[in-house]
Amino acid sequence: MVSERPKVQFETLTVHFGEHIALKDVTLDLRPNEILGIIGPAGSGKTTLLRALNRTLELTRDARIEGKVQLDGEDVYRAPSLPALRRRIGMVAPLPVGLPMSIYDNVAFAPRMAGVRSKTTLDGLVETCLVQAALWDEVKDRLADLGTKLSGGQQQRLTIARALSHEPEVLCLDEFSIAIDPVTTMRIEEVLKELSRRISILLVTNLVQQARRLAHRTAFLLMGELVEVGPTEGLFGRNPSDSRTFDYVHGMFG
Amino acid sequence: MAKGWSKTRAQVERAKERVIELAIAACGISAVVFVFAIIYFVFREAAPLLFGGLDIGQFLGSPEWYPDSVSNKRYGALALIAGTLSVTVLAMAIAVPFGLGAAIYVSEFSHGRTKEALKVVIELLAGVPSVVWGFIGLVVINPIIIDVFNTAVGLNVLNGAFLLGLMSVPIMVSIGEDALKAVPDTYREAAEAMGATKWQVTWRVLLPAARNGLLAAVLLGVGRAVGETMAVLMATGHAVHIPTSPLDSVRTMTATIAAELGETAKGSDHYRILFVLGALLFAITFVVNLVADVAIRGVRKR
Ligand SMILES: Nc1ncnc2c1ncn2[C@@H]1O[C@H](COP(=O)(O)OP(=O)(O)OP(=O)(O)O)[C@@H](O)[C@H]1O
Ligand SMILES: [Mg+2]
Repeated sequence: MVSERPKVQFETLTVHFGEHIALKDVTLDLRPNEILGIIGPAGSGKTTLLRALNRTLELTRDARIEGKVQLDGEDVYRAPSLPALRRRIGMVAPLPVGLPMSIYDNVAFAPRMAGVRSKTTLDGLVETCLVQAALWDEVKDRLADLGTKLSGGQQQRLTIARALSHEPEVLCLDEFSIAIDPVTTMRIEEVLKELSRRISILLVTNLVQQARRLAHRTAFLLMGELVEVGPTEGLFGRNPSDSRTFDYVHGMFG
Repeated sequence: MAKGWSKTRAQVERAKERVIELAIAACGISAVVFVFAIIYFVFREAAPLLFGGLDIGQFLGSPEWYPDSVSNKRYGALALIAGTLSVTVLAMAIAVPFGLGAAIYVSEFSHGRTKEALKVVIELLAGVPSVVWGFIGLVVINPIIIDVFNTAVGLNVLNGAFLLGLMSVPIMVSIGEDALKAVPDTYREAAEAMGATKWQVTWRVLLPAARNGLLAAVLLGVGRAVGETMAVLMATGHAVHIPTSPLDSVRTMTATIAAELGETAKGSDHYRILFVLGALLFAITFVVNLVADVAIRGVRKR
């Protein structure tokens, strides 16, 4: 059996916010072409884990990071160029953030910042990404409208389109479907399955059923600690290795 | 017994509330009353001339300001208006890049102690009395201008503009910083997460998002510069003259009022024309502040 090198490796990752510990000694891999589900109750450190990967955690001034995060075997905290690193990672934040510019400019933002100037290239990218985010049909006639004027669910899909616009190798989704209706969510889930043939996906979700539908493996975080990680079916089955996981996925938590 | 006692107490409480409410209302209303009183006073002194005999065309169109000529009094304010405009425009050319640049630096690129120290220094700058600025213009900048540009006098548009520029920087920095601070952090994080550099985020996302607030910051700076008197009186050379270069001496509207009002007889035409100038200044700053206000309201709405 050939063991593939993980796409992303969190190694004994510990994160403090001032005195408060948000992640404790977490060691976790994301494999190539895998959808890794991350579940856990509020405040368990799921968002913090994603922000440690694309280094936006550094924007929080009192965050202290120990341990290692590797992308393709290279320490992200020693990346020679931060913008270049971040372009390899797509990030969809839980609360939709339409940047105060047109819908088109929202999606074209990252490619432009990376130096793409050609109008035809940008047009093509904008369309592809909006189609993948299941938003194209709703906005194709109003691309010049302000992104902030879209509905909550539409803005959420706009952020998905944006995260895809710089053609990331790893896509991080943080509760992407909280503002999206079930039918559209299903459409996006199909796209994610399709995408996972090319890229790797970290899927943070509060909907345990969503993890069950999509994730190849699932990790369960609790109060900053990784309780267990394994094939999704195992976690959701009768005998996960930790009883706390069983309680959580069967809604008996508290 | 106990019941009756608590009833009076409730009455006392209510009366106290009432008194406090009235006192606060009085404070609020008095500010409005004062403003209207000032407007009324200025226009009352200006009105007899403004509506009785002043040649408005000459006032706005002629540079001939001879208010105390014995044989032929002429009240052309064009040179004074040009003086105010030239000093203000040049001051803004100096202040806007520095003021907004400093606002961006303080808000986006400095942290912790540096940031606090900068804010304190800028507030100190705001506290310097304008006569001290005028003094600096006279004894520091004047000789420098003479040296550098090889001119006879260094009291001119450039000197006044430099002082006014420095004087309007603090308000631009503090309002501009507020405007940038009001942009949600989620914009910064979202843009950086897409691989934008800090500078790209500032330029492409934050400045457009804070546009109205920054405009307000600039306009409040303009208002400060237009209305400033003492420093320009001391530093611009006091020559009634339409400037053709930044090295020309000029006289502003404010400086003219300050310098001449004390020597006029109350009720004379000369006295009244100064009030007409004052009314014009009032109108200019009012419009500038109004636009700034509308711009700020635009920020809050979003
Ligand atoms: N910017 C911050 N400053 C201080 N503490 C923070 C900050 N962000 C997160 N934390 C703390 O870190 C812990 C983990 O937060 P995190 O956002 O990672 O949780 P989460 O698992 O994503 O929760 P949720 O499901 O509610 O999104 C929480 O206790 C939280 O209070
Ligand atoms: Mg979260």
